[in-house]
Amino acid sequence: MASRPLRTRVNGTALERTVPDERILLDLLREDLRLTGTKRGCDLGTCGCCTVLLDGRPTLSCLTLARSAEGREVTTIEGVTPAEGLHPVQRAFVERGATQCGFCTPGFILTSVALLRDHPHPSREEVARAISGNLCRCTGYTKIIEAVLAVGGGK
Amino acid sequence: MASEASPYRLLGTRIPYIEGPLKVSGRAEYTDDLTRPNLLVGRLLRSPWPHARLRSIDVSAARKMPGVAAVLTGEKYPTTFGVLPITHDETALAVGKTRYIGDILAAVAASDELSAERALAAIQVDAEVLPEYSDPHVGLGAVAEPIHSRGLNGSNIQKEVHQHFGDVDAAFAEAAHTVRVRGTFAGVTHAFTEPLVTMAEATPDGRLTVWSATQVPHYLHRALSEVLGIPLHRIRVLKPEVGGGFGGKSDPLPHEIVCAALALETGRPVKMLLDREDVFLTNHGRHPTQNDLRVAADAEGHLLAYDLSAVIDGGAWSSFGTVTTYYNGVLAMGPYRVPNFRYHGRRVYTTKPPSGAMRAHGGTNVRYTIETALDELAEKLGMSPFELRMKNALPPNSTTITQFRITSTSFLACLKAARERSGFDEKFRKLPYGRGIGLGCGFYISGSNSPIHFTPKMPQCTVHLKADMDGGIAVHCMQADIGQGSNTLLAAIVAEVLGVQLERVHVVPVDSDVSPVDIGSYSSRVTFMMGNAARQASERLLALLLAAAHELTGYPAKQLRVREERYEVAHRPEVGVSYLEALHKAMEHSGALQASGAYTSPPMGGTHKGARAGTAPAYSFAAYVAEASVDAETGFFAVEKVWAAFDCGRPLNRLAVEGQIEGSIHMGLGQFMGESMNYRGSRLLNPSLLEYKIPTPQQMPEVEVLLVGADDPEGPFGAKEAGEGPLVAILPAVGNALYDAVGVRFYDLPVTPDKVWKGIERRRAEGTPWKGT
Repeated sequence: MASRPLRTRVNGTALERTVPDERILLDLLREDLRLTGTKRGCDLGTCGCCTVLLDGRPTLSCLTLARSAEGREVTTIEGVTPAEGLHPVQRAFVERGATQCGFCTPGFILTSVALLRDHPHPSREEVARAISGNLCRCTGYTKIIEAVLAVGGGK
Repeated sequence: MASEASPYRLLGTRIPYIEGPLKVSGRAEYTDDLTRPNLLVGRLLRSPWPHARLRSIDVSAARKMPGVAAVLTGEKYPTTFGVLPITHDETALAVGKTRYIGDILAAVAASDELSAERALAAIQVDAEVLPEYSDPHVGLGAVAEPIHSRGLNGSNIQKEVHQHFGDVDAAFAEAAHTVRVRGTFAGVTHAFTEPLVTMAEATPDGRLTVWSATQVPHYLHRALSEVLGIPLHRIRVLKPEVGGGFGGKSDPLPHEIVCAALALETGRPVKMLLDREDVFLTNHGRHPTQNDLRVAADAEGHLLAYDLSAVIDGGAWSSFGTVTTYYNGVLAMGPYRVPNFRYHGRRVYTTKPPSGAMRAHGGTNVRYTIETALDELAEKLGMSPFELRMKNALPPNSTTITQFRITSTSFLACLKAARERSGFDEKFRKLPYGRGIGLGCGFYISGSNSPIHFTPKMPQCTVHLKADMDGGIAVHCMQADIGQGSNTLLAAIVAEVLGVQLERVHVVPVDSDVSPVDIGSYSSRVTFMMGNAARQASERLLALLLAAAHELTGYPAKQLRVREERYEVAHRPEVGVSYLEALHKAMEHSGALQASGAYTSPPMGGTHKGARAGTAPAYSFAAYVAEASVDAETGFFAVEKVWAAFDCGRPLNRLAVEGQIEGSIHMGLGQFMGESMNYRGSRLLNPSLLEYKIPTPQQMPEVEVLLVGADDPEGPFGAKEAGEGPLVAILPAVGNALYDAVGVRFYDLPVTPDKVWKGIERRRAEGTPWKGT
């Protein structure tokens, strides 16, 4: 299998490195770049724990070839977190108990950040639909939805 | 309803998780986020046969493959282990036989994943296929080839329980009403988001270090020592952040031991991350069960007797199964007074993935059967489901016929709150066809009184505190936070007692070198037991600080009171010292301050065989009302709203308690409406999160949490458990709501739309209209 140069941007920084064609984006992030905030929950696209933003769009990095990021912008949870303090969505997740075991949380935050960028004041139904590709086994989604609604100025 | 006002500064409020900022920023470290220099990848070869005698496993070709550092088979570590000392029947890798599709035959450590997988493919296994036993009923009698030699009388029965309290036959003879139901339950699994993962390293100083996604680090520690033959003090177990457990990370699991064995073989660090199919095959989820229950009551609706028998599908190993077998009986003993009780339980080995402990272990399936039967009984009596339960509620400070000590119970307050908030009386049998409301209740142990570890005179939990000159307080305890918030509660209790700010308290991650033993996150024991140990340790540290404050102020310690970061004279508040002044004064005598606290549950329970099963220092209680709607044309249904009244004593962290209740409702709803381990024979058909159907956010109802518990006399600050008890009541609440909606009883779980539709059609065909339809 061939390796070729990949040119992409990860969390705002240009990245150029030789990557095998079959390299999965999740492996590039976790193994090669040690961006371990992106979680490996199933490797099958069924849990959403590996969600990152590709050009701003929530994407399952376990089902995405690293090659697909060529010329595009990858944002991981590390890229959302400010140098000091937390992003408003992150803060809402902490304050409202939307994170329990925390393993699914980075994926939910990226999904929610993308939702709130496109729909700053989503309804409860819109939030539920947006996060339905992310599995949480701890919270029953109740406090996750509340956290996202709170950032969006809803209830 | 209990007021939200709390006499405490922190406890009783909404306390965000102390590690929350790390989790939301991806900076919390789970086992798979860790690495070591020169790390090897561990992989497992699993059995393709449900039951086979192993003639030979040829690993010679695999050993020679590039990148391969070690290949391991079962003979090297034949010592059996298991979570219960009385039923050690597992080996790290299969020895002599394989007992389910997924049993571990061999393991490889290699430089990378691909080399490891190629080596696995080169292993040659010669096996004689044996009969498979996927149906536990077949294994009740003698079989040609018992799965384990310990099966009773040539059968596959792992555990059989006969219990009889009072005189059940006499009670049925005098009963005015009886109900008989059979309930069957598919197996369900934990489906935590973080897969099982372990990393191990053996170092030249003769020590073994193991990092693992475990909810019981101490039992893992013991199993590693026993199987690998290494003294406990030369093994160091660390628990990084854990991505959910729900019981599925409570047994010491074979891959954890195999990973450590590969580290010993190679002298190099090894990481073993199980893929999702492997996680499903490891299972240890809720047991598939068949319950047969008869209930007797007098003409006024007083319960006279339960007569219960159960056949429980254990899968390939014992795991917690002996406890499960008892629990499935004795956890019928609340929240009602039942004066006569007979139970016959049999847990049967099958050639399927092992069953084990899952949230509300042993109490969920039997609760569904009982609560469904009571709904039927109330209907026969022409009595409100609430009235029936109020009439039979166990009072505070009572004893069950199985000799369980009931101290605090706010069950009646739960019933009252759920009834009033839901408007039950205005809706029951009055909502239009297709819309229904139902009641389900429950109770659960708040910490097993019977520790599994093997020196029962030791405390169930110990907490160490150390306060040094920086004013920080390090807390050491082997309790396992797996997402339920126990680290936060531990810190909050210390901060509460000492009067210091929460951020002064550092909960040190579990490390067996420094963490005193706590026996882990299972049986809903942590709040109660760790909470009491933490309180005692904190009070001992406070005594040192107050002695120093006495030296500085001249006032005796008993005249001092704790304020925020300050100890002052109760009747002269202007006289006092700061926490730091007191700390630094106290340190003049001893250096850093240290204190230790411990918890041991008091003696309790009867003397009959199995008497300890189900005893606990306290019990939680629940009354849930669910409102549901059914589309009679398709059988699809939705749970619209749940009123969840719960007695956890005093809730110490309302945010966490609500989260436990909401999450439990989601998990219980999953078992009700679709989660199921589906098999063809012994082969698991749906080992993925796509095919194993967990409710989506859109299927999650609105939940109104009603916390109505009074202080428990022995719980820390009056608290009881809230981790497992919140699950059991939701299933029957929904089942009984569906009955109210369409007049069809559902005894078997899961209840899928096709079953609902068939039930509706059957009722129509019988010509028995419901609510005029």
